[in-house]
Amino acid sequence: MPIVKTRRLSIGYTKGKNSTLVQSNLNLQLRRGEMVCLIGPNGSGKTTLLRTLAGLQEPLQGDVMIDDRNISEFTQQEKALQIALVLTDKVQIENATVKDIVTLGQHPYTHWIGGLTPEGRKKVDEAIRMVHLDDKSGHYLNELSDGERQRVMIAKALAQDTPLIILDEPTAHLDLPNRVEVMLLLHRLAHKTQKSILLSTHELDLALQAADRIWLLNQNEGVIYGVPEDLVIDGSFNRVFQSEAYYFNSTNGNFSMNYTLPKKISVSSSDNTRLYWTLRALARAGYSVESGASTTITITKNGWQMEGKLFETIESLLSTLQE
Amino acid sequence: MKSRKTILFALLTVLLALLFLADLTFGSIRIPLSETINVFFGKSTNNIYSEILLNFRLPKAITAILAGAALSVAGLMMQTLFRNPLADPYILGVSSGASLGVAIVMMAAAALPVAFISSGWGLVVAAIIGAALVLLLVVGVSYKVQNSVSLLIVGIMFGTIASSLVSVLQYFSNPDAIKLFIMWNMGSLSAVTWEYLQILLPVILAGLLLAFMLTKRLNGLLLGENYARGLGIPITQTRILIVTATGILAGSVTAFTGPIAFVGVAIPHIARGLFRSAKHQYLMPASIVLGASLILICDIISQIPTHTLPINTISALFGAPVIIWIIMKRK
Repeated sequence: MPIVKTRRLSIGYTKGKNSTLVQSNLNLQLRRGEMVCLIGPNGSGKTTLLRTLAGLQEPLQGDVMIDDRNISEFTQQEKALQIALVLTDKVQIENATVKDIVTLGQHPYTHWIGGLTPEGRKKVDEAIRMVHLDDKSGHYLNELSDGERQRVMIAKALAQDTPLIILDEPTAHLDLPNRVEVMLLLHRLAHKTQKSILLSTHELDLALQAADRIWLLNQNEGVIYGVPEDLVIDGSFNRVFQSEAYYFNSTNGNFSMNYTLPKKISVSSSDNTRLYWTLRALARAGYSVESGASTTITITKNGWQMEGKLFETIESLLSTLQE
Repeated sequence: MKSRKTILFALLTVLLALLFLADLTFGSIRIPLSETINVFFGKSTNNIYSEILLNFRLPKAITAILAGAALSVAGLMMQTLFRNPLADPYILGVSSGASLGVAIVMMAAAALPVAFISSGWGLVVAAIIGAALVLLLVVGVSYKVQNSVSLLIVGIMFGTIASSLVSVLQYFSNPDAIKLFIMWNMGSLSAVTWEYLQILLPVILAGLLLAFMLTKRLNGLLLGENYARGLGIPITQTRILIVTATGILAGSVTAFTGPIAFVGVAIPHIARGLFRSAKHQYLMPASIVLGASLILICDIISQIPTHTLPINTISALFGAPVIIWIIMKRK
């Protein structure tokens, strides 16, 4: 049974008397133990959708069902027992340790002054261990790197011990190693703890690798959802991210730039890696590859052969081409 | 970690007790410590000493403790509510709101029954309402103005508006009422008699109790409103409770002692620094003890010159540098 279900959901925001519709008629499902990445261009309503699903804002129309119960019937406390959040809001607290912050995740279970139960204490330690911050649990928040801070917030969400975790761009502002690590961590958590994890991200290639399912938000067609590979093969990514400047390269799952290629050249090779990188360099220099062009590059073990000359690096090849 | 905090707290409590004794002993009339002790054990034969101690210095010292505790806890709650290290009842105009309430009761409300005004309850109620109204205004503005220094300026403006309204009231009032108000506005701990303490003490205890019941929610609010909501905290209700508690604490103190500046902003920072914690279950008792100590120190200092200085002047000497330090540190 899915943990989250939406029925003809319309999302948007209301300012005074005017409401702006961002997406309408969404029928989505989020299963248990599944990691779903929410992807879409800026302005497609990723944050609005997450906030609506988390119950932080009202839907314009339709219903969000958590465990087959309408979210509008939940009290704030009941919501806190179902959904844990990791937001983009900046957390800056003087003199708070990692453990202090993670302990706040136990807030829905503590007594009136905030004391932990023995079980709660275990949950907090476990959450800190799961994000690999055991050796830093006594450190103050302002001593941590951005990546560590993000992991603290994830640990806080874990300590909340909810079946669903919603994260708004958890990889933003992180460097590449930390982005990979956070995505991998979330993927493992979903599978190990059977929690459902929903996150929005701009990291298309990472999402393709880590997500069990992708919700592709699109200004015109609503949400396209499915297993990442299916969406690549049926061309959904290409449709959603359409632009003159780049295209979604379905062979490697990356965005490639659309160069203007006025010049033609032909290439022959038996080494696929060398061929791949040579083609990229040639495209940047403005060459499209066509068999039967007047100039031919032959890729050998020793280098690149062109018009009887041997080049040891792509750099030297390009400089000759551009003369 | 925990034991360090316990020892620190015990030391601060001893310091508070010593300062309390010192405050009773020092004054324009020197009373030997032995006499002080005799008076409290009912052995003294000196009527003048016991009159000074029991009916003048003792209520004054108790008021100092109550005022320090109340203003510090109010400041702590405001700093968490606004997520602004510079928030404080005086700076954000809450004390001015209380003054306006008092001024209205003293000068404009000729229609009110005399008993209501002279009993002290009228002052307290008016001050609390005035304080809470200004707080609500500042809360409203804090949605539009995120920058902490900008919010500070808006608060100062609210304070200025309240003070101006007070001046307008003064212009139209009769001389007796004006004199009464000016005396009040000078701010003095010694104005609080036993009679007034019977009002001030229970009101402040009620405010502190409410504040203590909010510790858990205040901890959650440190993460910001959205995160707090995600932790199951009903935000609107919590905000109203914090405003109420702050209004009661800052308003009632201001009603009796006049505005006392900067204690509310300085003490929570000192508490955070000493206890190296952000948890309100530590910071609140620490702020109470430290705030009470600071006002006692201010009161002792104000006795040193031949003419008693207004308490507000001395607390500003402590507090204003703290604000400058915080702003410099944030850069």
